[in-house]
Amino acid sequence: MWSQSQSGTHSSESDAVDCCNLKETELTLGLPGTKRSFSDTVDLLHLATSLNKTKLPTPKEQVVGWPPVRASRKNAMKSCKFVKVAVDGAPYLRKVDLELYDSYEHLMTELETMFCGLAIRNHLMNERKLMESGNGIEYMPTYEDKDGDWMLVGDVPWKMFVESCKRMRLMISSEAIGLGPRSSSKCSGST
Amino acid sequence: MMNYFPDEVIEHIFDYVVSHRDRNALSLVCKSWYRIERCTRQRVFIGNCYSISPERLIQRFPGLKSLTLKGKPHFADFSLVPYGWGGFVYPWIEALAKSRVGLEELRLKRMVVSDESLELLSRSFTNFKSLVLVSCEGFSTDGLAAIAANCRYLRELDLQENEVEDHKGQWLSCFPDSCTSLVSLNFACLKGEVSLGALERLVARSPNLKSLKLNRSVPLDALQRIMTRAPQLADLGIGSFVQDPESEAFIKLKNTILKCKSITSLSGLLEVAPHCVAAIYPICPNLTSLNLSYAAGIQGNDLIKLIRHCVKLQRLWIMDCIGDKGLGVVAKTCTDLQELRVFPSVPFGNALAVTEVGLVAISMGCPKLHSLLYFCQQMTNAALITVAKNCPNFIRFRLCILDATKADPDTNQPLDEGFGAIVQSCRRLRRLSLSGKLTDQVFLYIGMYAEKLEMLSIAFAGDSDKGMLYVLNGCKKLRKLEIRDCPFGNMALLTDVGKYETMRSLWMSSCEVTVGACKLLAKKMPRLNVEIFNESEQEDCILEDGQKVEKMYLYRTLAGKRKDAPEYVWTL
Repeated sequence: MWSQSQSGTHSSESDAVDCCNLKETELTLGLPGTKRSFSDTVDLLHLATSLNKTKLPTPKEQVVGWPPVRASRKNAMKSCKFVKVAVDGAPYLRKVDLELYDSYEHLMTELETMFCGLAIRNHLMNERKLMESGNGIEYMPTYEDKDGDWMLVGDVPWKMFVESCKRMRLMISSEAIGLGPRSSSKCSGST
Repeated sequence: MMNYFPDEVIEHIFDYVVSHRDRNALSLVCKSWYRIERCTRQRVFIGNCYSISPERLIQRFPGLKSLTLKGKPHFADFSLVPYGWGGFVYPWIEALAKSRVGLEELRLKRMVVSDESLELLSRSFTNFKSLVLVSCEGFSTDGLAAIAANCRYLRELDLQENEVEDHKGQWLSCFPDSCTSLVSLNFACLKGEVSLGALERLVARSPNLKSLKLNRSVPLDALQRIMTRAPQLADLGIGSFVQDPESEAFIKLKNTILKCKSITSLSGLLEVAPHCVAAIYPICPNLTSLNLSYAAGIQGNDLIKLIRHCVKLQRLWIMDCIGDKGLGVVAKTCTDLQELRVFPSVPFGNALAVTEVGLVAISMGCPKLHSLLYFCQQMTNAALITVAKNCPNFIRFRLCILDATKADPDTNQPLDEGFGAIVQSCRRLRRLSLSGKLTDQVFLYIGMYAEKLEMLSIAFAGDSDKGMLYVLNGCKKLRKLEIRDCPFGNMALLTDVGKYETMRSLWMSSCEVTVGACKLLAKKMPRLNVEIFNESEQEDCILEDGQKVEKMYLYRTLAGKRKDAPEYVWTL
């Protein structure tokens, strides 16, 4: 059934282009060109594949006009971005929706309640640590960015972080040494 | 008997007949009734702006005061109609102005409205009172400024879900100081800032203002001042509702809300801080209508707590983040509920969205429910059968399963039996939208039972031509049929071509019909416009008869081929 709607590559392709153009002109609070929601990613992926004329199995999200929701309503929808959070030594992972938060502080508070027993001890500008109140072990919040590099949480503006974060890990501080912009050439820019 | 009355008496009796359908019936009785009816008709509804020419309208109804016009096909709402298709209002306004029609009210849906048309409208009809634009586009705040400046007796300016270009102009300041007649003002869909001073002054000098819907640029402190000045408001759309709860403005607002006893309808809340929501509680017990479908900021328990206060609701529009649990609360709280719409809160469906469980709960708690739009994660036959039993009063039943071809998750069966139960027990059903895995069987049920059905939307359903034929043969009252991505082909399209003259329109996209069949249909039925959309980039490409038609839209018309079609529209 789905394949039928994709067989008309022309229409879906041009719609994908339209969609991207609209998003580009849309006013958002994010830094210019930094924030991209899941839906855009899907559209861009689709655009890329249709331009290359490669037939990939296309996810159903790309069907134009389904679900039947008008554009104005789509703009009002909440985008969401779920990432996994791991804590060194904890037997399980949790998932958080980064779009629910508006700042690092907000997220840290949430992580604190999520993994009860952790408490925020220190959040200087570029150094956020969660510390386990019981045994005094220090945790550093880190994340894997879209290039696959492990970074310290807090280096980039919040919106940029939400966009690029793939997953998070609260590392034991002693193991987190060497992460961050100082050791990562792609972020330092000036070196 | 009535023919012995003088015309004046019949005229007077006709004044009491208001519904369009009844007036149409009157005009068919005899020549003299036709004449009297046409001279006294003030309100006209035209469901397709290409079905008749403006000149013919004016010729027949010279006393016209209120006109409702619809433009693009319904599927335009979901981006299925390419840009530039048409639906221009300018020729209508031009013709009405030229003939000096005493137009007082204009309602447009899915039409292209230019600033030029609004300008002409504002200058041509001295007694113009009411402009309602729904899902329209093509105009800017400059056009609105002209309406504000020139329509001296304006009572209603209602902008619903339009695409308006915002020139950051001071359009609200263009209402002259002498304008005191406003009853209804809705600019919730505008993106830009408005002049708060002008807005507050306008509200202050409009003693009859009953309905006011603000956009997100209007902050909470301005809302507070507006509510103080207009305690008579019955219908309020809140823009931004974000403020420090300790602040003076917020405390003032809480006190003002306590005095607003007349509000029965609440919408908007386009920006909300969760900690502010409790301030609305005092007006909730009076509400009969609540639209939170754009209030993405109210979620989870905040939403459920708010609902618990709304015991009189008859209409509720909400996002699916309310969850099945929240719908259970709705069912317990809002026992008078008649209309429910549940919209998706996340573009591609949220794993926590509502399911059959929420709908069953609603059907048990709200027996008066007659209108439903329900975006859900999944649906079962058993649930639909229960819903059909609990709520036999449905007039509108639109179910959208986000995964359009999902079967009943319990039995892995298609949802034919479930929808069958709906059409079988809801004998007053006028509008139906289907989704989920469906075979031809569901159309057999629809054709058999849905005698009052006027509009049917079908997507990704059916197995063969038979499906569509069941509907065309069975649903005698059908006016609009829209179909996408279904295996219906030429046989289904051509078996009963006379049917289309009894209908307003038929949309088919990504189905199996061919160019040749459409040509044949157009040839047989001269009073139909059969449009096919050729969006191919090669301009001079020739469509072979055997080629499948990507998009086809056909409608009956007395106006012939339209002259404003873009290049990609081929009227056969």
